[in-house]
Amino acid sequence: MPVAALPDWLPALPELVLVCAAMVLLVIGVLRGEDSAKLVSWLSVIVLIVTLGVAVAFGGTRQTGFYGMFVTDAYAVFMKALVLVGGAIAIIMSIRFNEDHHIARFEFPVLILLSSTGMMVMISANDLITLYLGLEMMSLALYVSASFDRDSVRSSEAGLKYFVLGALASGMLLYGASLIYGFAGTTSFAGLAQVFSGSARPSSGLIIGMVFVAVGLAFKTSAVPFHMWVPDVYEGAPTPVTAFFSVAPKTAAIALFIRFLIEPFGALLADWRQVIVFLSVASMALGAVAAIAQTNIKRLMAYSSIGHVGYALIGLAAATPAGIRGVLVYMAIYLFMNLGTWAVILCMRQNGRMVEGIADLSGLGRSQPGLAFALAIFMFAMAGIPPTAGFFSKLYIFLAAIDAHLVGLAVIGVLASVVGAFYYLRIVKVMYFDEPLGVFDRPIAVELKGVLIVTAFVVLFFVLLPDPIVGGAGTAAASLFAR
Amino acid sequence: MSHWPLLSLITFLPLIGAAFIMLASGDEAVVARNARNIALSTSVIVFLLSVLLWIYFDPTTPAFQFVERHRWVTIGGVTISYHMGIDGISLFFVLLSTLLTVLSIGASWVSIHTQVREYMIAFLALESMMVGIFSSLDFVQFYIFFEGVLIPMFLIIGIWGHSNRVYAAFKFFLYTLLGSVLSLLAIITVYYQTGSTDIEVALAHQFPPDLQKWLWLAFFASFAVKVPMWPVHTWLPDAHVEAPTAGSVILAGVLLKLGGYGFIRFSLPLFPLASQYFTPLMFSLSAIAVIYTSLVALAQTNMKKLIAYSSVAHMGFVTMGIFAMTSEAVQGAMIQMLSHGFVSAALFLIVGVVYDRMHTYDISRYGGLVQRMPAYSFVFMVFMLASVGLPGTSGIVGEFLILLGTFRVSTLECFLAATALFLGAAYMLYLYRRVIFGTITRDDLRNMLDLTPREKAVFAPLIVLVFWMGIYPSSFIGPIAASADNIVKHVQAAQKAAAAAMLERDRLAGLPGSGTH
Repeated sequence: MPVAALPDWLPALPELVLVCAAMVLLVIGVLRGEDSAKLVSWLSVIVLIVTLGVAVAFGGTRQTGFYGMFVTDAYAVFMKALVLVGGAIAIIMSIRFNEDHHIARFEFPVLILLSSTGMMVMISANDLITLYLGLEMMSLALYVSASFDRDSVRSSEAGLKYFVLGALASGMLLYGASLIYGFAGTTSFAGLAQVFSGSARPSSGLIIGMVFVAVGLAFKTSAVPFHMWVPDVYEGAPTPVTAFFSVAPKTAAIALFIRFLIEPFGALLADWRQVIVFLSVASMALGAVAAIAQTNIKRLMAYSSIGHVGYALIGLAAATPAGIRGVLVYMAIYLFMNLGTWAVILCMRQNGRMVEGIADLSGLGRSQPGLAFALAIFMFAMAGIPPTAGFFSKLYIFLAAIDAHLVGLAVIGVLASVVGAFYYLRIVKVMYFDEPLGVFDRPIAVELKGVLIVTAFVVLFFVLLPDPIVGGAGTAAASLFAR
Repeated sequence: MSHWPLLSLITFLPLIGAAFIMLASGDEAVVARNARNIALSTSVIVFLLSVLLWIYFDPTTPAFQFVERHRWVTIGGVTISYHMGIDGISLFFVLLSTLLTVLSIGASWVSIHTQVREYMIAFLALESMMVGIFSSLDFVQFYIFFEGVLIPMFLIIGIWGHSNRVYAAFKFFLYTLLGSVLSLLAIITVYYQTGSTDIEVALAHQFPPDLQKWLWLAFFASFAVKVPMWPVHTWLPDAHVEAPTAGSVILAGVLLKLGGYGFIRFSLPLFPLASQYFTPLMFSLSAIAVIYTSLVALAQTNMKKLIAYSSVAHMGFVTMGIFAMTSEAVQGAMIQMLSHGFVSAALFLIVGVVYDRMHTYDISRYGGLVQRMPAYSFVFMVFMLASVGLPGTSGIVGEFLILLGTFRVSTLECFLAATALFLGAAYMLYLYRRVIFGTITRDDLRNMLDLTPREKAVFAPLIVLVFWMGIYPSSFIGPIAASADNIVKHVQAAQKAAAAAMLERDRLAGLPGSGTH
């Protein structure tokens, strides 16, 4: 055990800040009563931003803490930044929505903070125990937030479904972890990497254990064939929660997936690559095809998010620094275009009630040109059409795939993207080619407008200055391979 | 001139104009008027700037001119630049794009009356993308423009098109997207082969023969759809019939040329051996395109569809000329593309003129127009004859050069193509007779008005160009020749070297005891 010059808990400083702040906010909420929701929400946003600052300021170099069970490096900082930004935007978007639906309670932002803490622990996990702790902390908070609209049958159903299937996935993950421990004699990532460093072929028990853990993580990333919960949960959960689901937990799970496979199991690339390739192809194909028939935009976005995971996994299958960089760029851009789209969906209100049908967008290009323009940008970006940022996310993925000689996978990827383009275009078509049906309520809430402008700006003008995100992702990916 | 970023100015000025239009506010009529004025003045300025390119262009060198280069993004140690520049191949395409944009905006002045602001923004964005495609010297940058052009065109067909516009817009978008994504993978492979995304670096690189075939096929998927070549041409008649007149003008005038431009710029010089290997394929597809689509055109009852099919036939000529890979044929293909850019654009405008008055493309609804519309009949005749390839018009120059160049390579191909000249005359004259001649049998035709001054102004530059190119083609061949010859020489040298290497290997294998096995 190396003697740490710094206190052993310092690498986890951002998590500590976040979790302590969550407790304080909980106390504030309890003392001030039910009407404190707005205050606590905005304070949570500030906390998330402060945490982001702490993470960036203390994170840059690789440090381990808690006797090697916790690690922070440039990779962790990048992924944590995505999670924190996602959480902050989700809270901002929820404020007005929760008020309108009479579910404005101060617990909601606190739940988001707690689940964000769990995600950050996942991202920094350097041990199977830490991995499970982080995962469960995230999941428990998410189960509750999915059914946060507790008087709504749909929301309760979503929470229950998510809980039952999530518990099943956790069980598989635990089973895999116990197999790995049983065969390797260690739960630490560094120790596991040591086990595989010899030339001897690892026992099949270890490989089976790895596959079980991968299944658990695939569930959390919503990769096919472990995606069944996604459309129902996305449709049923309150929309700001869905927006949060589609971004932060997915990013955290992908981050953990990458670290788990690259660091301890990096030597078994040949074994796990086929699993990832299968997940990737299946997700891209299902995401592209199944979304075509959807009429509910929340379900459509669920299938779209399944498809996007498929593309991100191409980068993991490449398993090179370029591939991981591709995934990081992908997740960063996905964050903006996805949250932007959800912000538009949150604007879909007619006479004070949310509408979710794709047909409800008819003629938006004429009734609300600004909103339609923003959604059109996001849709073209999701389809990967240049010059939007969405093109670059796919470009970096395919760059890595060709470099790793995964040409077949890349070809399937681009073909799936053409099929997928169909349903993104369909939304553009409904907005611009069809006659207006109804008009959405105005004015749009100021917070939503802010989110829309920022995300649309990033997605549209990423082409002018790609360096910050691409460069950051490059550094982050390199740090994962630097040991 | 070298200190002025002229190309960037031409590329991005339309976007600035579009931004101004976006800012326009007031009631709908005011916004529409402002949008029209800003769009027209922007496109005219851009066109005048692009004429400067022609004036200052040095026709003696095949090198890229007006070059601009700035660092854009670094990935994994490799810098992707913002790299602009044009040579003889791209010069006239830039001019064609800027000219046709001006004319399109002029032609839509009154026929577009809903969502004028969005329409003008779409056209200016389209212009920006088109110029960007032809002046990009970096693959990633090229691809961004190449695929980005789909967005405004999709919207133009889908919003301002006719009854079946949604189907046509989707077909157009998905067909072309399918082609271009495959070329994206090829571009990435080229990047790993050369270590750079720069087009100039790639042009100087020699690719392994086996890889050439795969890359060639990937690019072929993209360009063949754009040209469009038989059998992937089916999106074109749909898109043309449903698009508004100006949309068809740009589609036929510029977007179809992207395929031909791609073949000349990338397929030939980057993959000379693969080009040679696939020449029989290209010749067969071109011959089928020329003959089959001419016959299909003969059977059409819809004016726009007829002209759309004639475009496919004319572009078949172009692909044939490109893959004859002789100096004459490649120059001829370039000239033919320019001529087709003028003529097909004009023909779609001509159809648009009567459509604005009658709201139908059905040929049988017309007849005897000459009695009410003499000026119109004259303009139609000029472009009809140019399309047929009458000596003195632009049509003959390209066709003659292509036939001349192809004859040296394949007599049969030349013969097949020549039959199409006859078929082309047949369907165009037949169209002209049905629409213009005869007696007026329908009452609504009796009230048709002849060309307005605005419409005459739109046609005038095209008429001048058609005769200019037909009578004194040197103005156009001059700048093209150096670059086209350079590509042909490069290709022939590569093919000779490969053939010599093959002979040498056979000779060594043939000598007893000299082989290692």
